[in-house]
Amino acid sequence: MSTSGLAAQFTELVLAILLAPVLTGWVNQCRAWLQNKSAPSLFLPYRMLAKLFEKEVVLAHNASPLFRFAPYLVFGCLALAAAIVPTLGTDLPLNAAADAIALVGLLALARLFIALAGMDIGTAFGTLGARREMLVGFLAEPALLMVLFTASLISHSTSLATIVETLAHREFVIYPSMAFAGVAFTMVSLAENARIPVDNPATHLELTMIHEAMILEYSGRHLAMMEWAASLKLFVYSCMGLALFFPFGVAGGGDWLGIVLALPALLAKLALGGAGLALIETVSAKMRIFRAPEFLGSAFVFAVLAMLVHVLLEA
Amino acid sequence: MNIPALDAALAAAAAWIAIGLAGTLAPRSLRLSSRVLFPAGALVGLALAAVALGALFAAPSVRILPLGLPDLPFHARLDALSAFFLLLLGSVSAGVSVFASGYLRAGETSPPGLQCLGYHLFLASMALVLLADDAYFFMVAWETMALSSFFLVTSEHRDPAIRRAGFLYLLIAHLGAISILLCFGALQGGSGDYTFETMRLMTQPPAWASAAFLLALVGFGAKAGIVPLHVWLPEAHPAAPSPVSALMSAVMLKTAVYGLLRVTLDLIGFSLWWWGVVVLAVGLVSALFGIVFAAVQSDMKRLLAYSSIENIGLVMAGFGLTLLFRSFGMGTLAALALTATLYHCLNHGFYKSLLFLATGSVLHATRERSLGRLGGLIHRMPWVAWCALVGTIAIAGLPPLNGFVSEWLLLQAFLFTPGLPQAYLNMLVPVAAAVVALAAALSGYVMVKFFGVVFLGRAREPKLASAHDAGPWERTGLAWLAAGCIALGLMPATVIGMLDPVTRSFTGTGMASLTHGWLYLAPIEPQRASYSPLLFFVGAALLIVVAWLSVRAFYHGRVRRAAPWDCGFPFLDSRMQDTAEGFGQPVRHVFQPAFRASTEAPAPADARPRYRETLEDRLWYWLYLPVARATARATALVTVLQRGRISVYLMYSFATLLVLLFFVR
Repeated sequence: MSTSGLAAQFTELVLAILLAPVLTGWVNQCRAWLQNKSAPSLFLPYRMLAKLFEKEVVLAHNASPLFRFAPYLVFGCLALAAAIVPTLGTDLPLNAAADAIALVGLLALARLFIALAGMDIGTAFGTLGARREMLVGFLAEPALLMVLFTASLISHSTSLATIVETLAHREFVIYPSMAFAGVAFTMVSLAENARIPVDNPATHLELTMIHEAMILEYSGRHLAMMEWAASLKLFVYSCMGLALFFPFGVAGGGDWLGIVLALPALLAKLALGGAGLALIETVSAKMRIFRAPEFLGSAFVFAVLAMLVHVLLEA
Repeated sequence: MNIPALDAALAAAAAWIAIGLAGTLAPRSLRLSSRVLFPAGALVGLALAAVALGALFAAPSVRILPLGLPDLPFHARLDALSAFFLLLLGSVSAGVSVFASGYLRAGETSPPGLQCLGYHLFLASMALVLLADDAYFFMVAWETMALSSFFLVTSEHRDPAIRRAGFLYLLIAHLGAISILLCFGALQGGSGDYTFETMRLMTQPPAWASAAFLLALVGFGAKAGIVPLHVWLPEAHPAAPSPVSALMSAVMLKTAVYGLLRVTLDLIGFSLWWWGVVVLAVGLVSALFGIVFAAVQSDMKRLLAYSSIENIGLVMAGFGLTLLFRSFGMGTLAALALTATLYHCLNHGFYKSLLFLATGSVLHATRERSLGRLGGLIHRMPWVAWCALVGTIAIAGLPPLNGFVSEWLLLQAFLFTPGLPQAYLNMLVPVAAAVVALAAALSGYVMVKFFGVVFLGRAREPKLASAHDAGPWERTGLAWLAAGCIALGLMPATVIGMLDPVTRSFTGTGMASLTHGWLYLAPIEPQRASYSPLLFFVGAALLIVVAWLSVRAFYHGRVRRAAPWDCGFPFLDSRMQDTAEGFGQPVRHVFQPAFRASTEAPAPADARPRYRETLEDRLWYWLYLPVARATARATALVTVLQRGRISVYLMYSFATLLVLLFFVR
């Protein structure tokens, strides 16, 4: 564990926490432009968070300690996830502590607590949201795992740093398996981040929502933590996608200049990715909730195919 | 004074028998059983665990007991594999016994003294199964285990449903026992010597070895609850008192795993590659089947019983990989897969007993086992709820607790598979890994359902308002098991060091040299994969605490209590929450072909509409009922002989004698 590694780790963590709301703002801005609306400010999510932090918490009478504790736990889990995914450099001390499987586990832990918190008050919407979230989760999680496994098989490692290093610093080869994995990953991240076509982040129409239904009872600083955590989740998924499919520009171990240069590369990639997400959301329609298993099921099949293609063609 | 570990372990089993017999001195005395005997049984459990821990690293020791038939004495042996399972038995049973001290109630089931006898005989017979070193002793202990657990399952024998469950259990247990007996018959290879030592030294021809392996798989699989021999499990577990369900699920299923490991790895001594494929396939089917059925259950204990099928499936998948790697001579990978298998056994022992005991406390506090009539118990029973939350996270396979560690190891073993020399096997493996991942993700779904419906939300029935938290004994038992889950989760490198002698004796290599210090878990090499739950936990805890403290420091802490918001809907009712059936509905929808469903929908104009849906196991109709019908038909044919007149029966005897005389002369 080197000092530079620790510093890179810390920078990456702080950067992720600070940049996550901006990414959400950027996606919203792009979407507004694409839909011919006048766009809100890039920093609107920040103002939103500030407003929520200022407000008092209105807590249901029968809220348990789990309900009050969950927002911090979810935030902490997703912040840790953001720290695990290599965005700037690959020399990260936390990479030895948690690999790709642990990352998926961490995201699942956050999901478990959001769902439990959604069930805690005992409202119809809360349990509805929890049930649907777990439905999305149990199909998306193995698909994500299979996508990461495909990359792991290529690089002979489940360590994210090694995966990024192998994929970024190799001679240019096109892996057909990664194409399948890419499709699967896109579908999974749409579902996991409560995006159209699985969920609609802009809606409060009760019967169609998933993520919003679970956090309906939250207010004030708790809601702020949950919203921030949701932004962080989008950030983590975007960075994971970049790390797996566009890892170019990420610095190798202990390379300070590389890390400094990696920052603009990261920002550019995130901006492009966010715009792509807005485009997908604009051109597709939200599907019925029971189409979601089909959608995610095909993501799962694509991910397994990716592994098979790797074993058949590339091994 | 230095007592050999084997003697100490046998003494522990004897002590359990003695404690059980002491219970019969005053069978109706609750004080004697619950305040003296069960705590003593827990202490014996702890002592056994300590002995087993020491024996893990010692050389195998053998002893011939002055028991059994003349010329057929009992042989006992304690080696690393036995010691590992004894450790599981001792440490889990200690927590369960302490819990049982507080759990027994007067007048609820059969008298406490008899329960105490059955319970401790059950414990002792499991210990003896693990120590037996000849087929005769093994079968005696195995059958004692089956019978004592049968009496424990049927301790509320006045209920016909429970008697039926007990009968089903006994039936399948005996089918399994016959198969195991035949397996030992195949293994002795005509020598007539049934000691394990002889079987170990003998090398069987592949055909006989395969027969023995398949018989062992069926026999031990019936006890472990692999599909399609699982039907007794969801019936027997809910019928038994909670500490017994905990022991059966957490330890007894593991003795079956032990038996399979003992026969396959030790007695047969080699493995063919297709054995691994068979076990892997059986394991994957069980895992997926178990968890899908768990998701649609409405009874707490049935849900946990189906989840046991899933966990045994994962154990079997790990074991299948072990056999596969072993047959191709890949020692390190076989060791990795075996480590995952054993680790999962240990984990399941802890978290499943924890959850079964938690359902026991809920059952006592509310007299309710159906998920749909519970809810909001975190307010009434905080101790039980928080302990159950630990179990929930552990069983869902989430970091940093123990369920994740064994799943991680198992998935790592899968990731290394593409080095197998057979191309077809390499193609199967991604599919297998996908099934494992799907089962693991589904278990998260099931556990959210379990914990959320029972402990969170609002109370669905008014009577739940009088629910009380568990007493001090029960809390101690729960806390012990929860602490076990946490310790196994945070210190995997230490645990793997303990598994090292076992893997070393069967695969030639251990994992201990490959863990890279106590902090990191890195099978094979750290560049390939590493995981450090302690660092992971510290990182997550630090981030959570910092987030909490900084929100505290920079913003006001104002909180206003109000009615739930619920989108402004004012008439909130506890019946508007999801029931267990409601929460399971998506799984029912997605995995529709898995169930045999019959729906009863109300007519449109029905004044009191009722909607009913029953989900049944297709295997019951595909496999069990045809067999039962065929048996009934066969017996009907035989009844022709039954005339009910003694002269006819004498004729039969005479005819038989004549025929025999003709042949023997």
